Amino acid sequence: MTALVTSTERLQRLLALVPYVMSRKVVGLAETAVAFGVSERELVDDLNLLWCVELRAPDPYCPIDLSYEGGEIVVSQAESMGRPLRLAVDEASALLVALRMLAEVPGLEDRSALSRLIAKLEAAAGEAASVSAQVAVQVDIPHDGAEGYAAQIRTALSAGRRLHMRYYVPGRDEATERDVDPMRLLVVEGRPYLEGWCLRAEGVRLFRLDRVLSLDVLDVPSAPPAGAQPVDVDQGLFRPSPGDVPVVLELSADGRWVAEYYPCESVTDLEDGRLRVVLRTPDTGWVRRLALRLGEDGRVIAPASLVTEVREAATAALANYVVLSSATRSVPGVMRAPCRLGR
Amino acid sequence: MSKRKTERLLGLVVCLLSTRRYLTAEQIREAVPGYPEPDDLFKRMFERDKEDLRDLGVPLETGVNHPFDEDPGYRIRQQAYELPELRLEADEAAVLGLAARVWQRAELAGAAAGALLKLRAAGIEADPKTLGDDERSPVPQGIEPHLGTPEPAFGPLWEAVRDRRPVTFSYRAAGRSDPQRRELEPWGVVNRHGRWYVAGWDRGRNATRVFRLSRIAGPVKFCGPAGRVTVPDGADVREIVRDWDSAPAQEHTALLRVRTGAGVGLRRHAVSVQADDSAEGWDLVTTRFGDVSWFADFAASFGSDAVVLDPPDLREAVIRRLKGVLA
Repeated sequence: MTALVTSTERLQRLLALVPYVMSRKVVGLAETAVAFGVSERELVDDLNLLWCVELRAPDPYCPIDLSYEGGEIVVSQAESMGRPLRLAVDEASALLVALRMLAEVPGLEDRSALSRLIAKLEAAAGEAASVSAQVAVQVDIPHDGAEGYAAQIRTALSAGRRLHMRYYVPGRDEATERDVDPMRLLVVEGRPYLEGWCLRAEGVRLFRLDRVLSLDVLDVPSAPPAGAQPVDVDQGLFRPSPGDVPVVLELSADGRWVAEYYPCESVTDLEDGRLRVVLRTPDTGWVRRLALRLGEDGRVIAPASLVTEVREAATAALANYVVLSSATRSVPGVMRAPCRLGR
Repeated sequence: MSKRKTERLLGLVVCLLSTRRYLTAEQIREAVPGYPEPDDLFKRMFERDKEDLRDLGVPLETGVNHPFDEDPGYRIRQQAYELPELRLEADEAAVLGLAARVWQRAELAGAAAGALLKLRAAGIEADPKTLGDDERSPVPQGIEPHLGTPEPAFGPLWEAVRDRRPVTFSYRAAGRSDPQRRELEPWGVVNRHGRWYVAGWDRGRNATRVFRLSRIAGPVKFCGPAGRVTVPDGADVREIVRDWDSAPAQEHTALLRVRTGAGVGLRRHAVSVQADDSAEGWDLVTTRFGDVSWFADFAASFGSDAVVLDPPDLREAVIRRLKGVLA
């Protein structure tokens, strides 16, 4: 990692190192190395380099004096390098965008620290911040009624209580009932999620807040097992496992959105803007639903069993319409004639 | 990485910070060790160094000490260089630590880490542990928002927006088979529902347009110098993207027959659900919808568990979808 550090990146580190030590008067080598993400050896190299800086004119002198005897760093002289360099546009923006996003997270009851910090950083960043405000990268998190659930989850998290919830699983079109020991409230890919130990699945699961049908905080202590590992959300929310079924779909130009919405193992461009995608899934039920929704804009190519399943589902669905087509058409709320329905 | 270059750049910064007068290139060459003897080599290296410092955000000033001076001089004004005094309360510092983690391994993660390092260098401890026992973090433990930037277009568009540069890219609009060349004056980049968008002035269409980053095919290229883009007063990119992305108002009503115990997704947002007296094992579900085509797709996904009764155009659209599966 550090082998890839450029001269300017190292310069950045050196310019921060001097004020870091000075603002703390005395600071340990080990903790400084951790703060800067370098080894102690690299840190000592940095300190030596700083100490060796020499200016030759008008008279030769060494502007920086420091020591690190006994593992404690002290900077006794540093000319005008005592303060860090001001924030660059990218740096100010990265923090301000993140803070403005935090302010949007549902379930925060006290946003005053956030607004105070945003104001202070904007003031400190000066011009750099004004650019970020004009051209802001902004984050818009849909609440979809999640605010109330988020507040309940927050309560459960701080009080260490178990949750009972009814949760909608669209892939199976099921309302499920489950007890969950909450672990984290996350915002991933712009949506709020609850991460918790699901007692029904006996595993760590992520639940989208906009799919929660109802939620109760139980009078039972939350006790996720000691070995419950948080999900590494940066690896993506859906990770195929070796036992998953590979599904091959062909999409028309109108069906290309599928490749954007679902994690695909491979995406191949065909002629006329068509796509061939391969998905892996433990449960093909949702692919059947997807194929029905896509109509002629998406076709299942493999596995053969799913091809048959989709055709059967479409045939059965159409049969309902055929039976109904002879019956009197109804208007909303008023059924004029009894209709027979085939099964 | 070259240690000698780092030493030279560091010397240059210290030298220019400690002078009030502008120093000419020649004076700098005498003061800072590490520059080569031949004039042309020195000039080239000095130019590179100035550029490197400016890229780092070091405010390098050019000027003369006296109106009759021929050669320009350089200096770094301490006030322009330094991060202004900044004091944070414990709860603010706790939030700062969280904000720095939002980007994780995404595009601006390095910038966030750089900012945090500078703030730490100013004596700030961005760590929730600094809160006293009786203080509560304003952000409860367990709240961890993340931002990802998987689209390769994010980096160049962010730079374009930052530097106000027009860009060109090829874009595959929804449902179009061929990507088209677009020229855009970008005003802002917005994340909505976890997807990235860029909004701005489309030069080809002479209109405000929104593009989804995941539909940009191939590289984003700059097609003009920095500062060429003017964001109109009152332009709110977030609003523009929200309008573009929003589902149409739910002004239509649909009546469906839904098998009892099934079609949870249709019942979730229903206006009313009642048992169907005329068909045992079925319920009548009334629900609102905005777009016929979208809702027809949705209703079709329930297969034989749902039958659209009304309106007729919705019913026809579902039948078309289902026949399309068998075509």
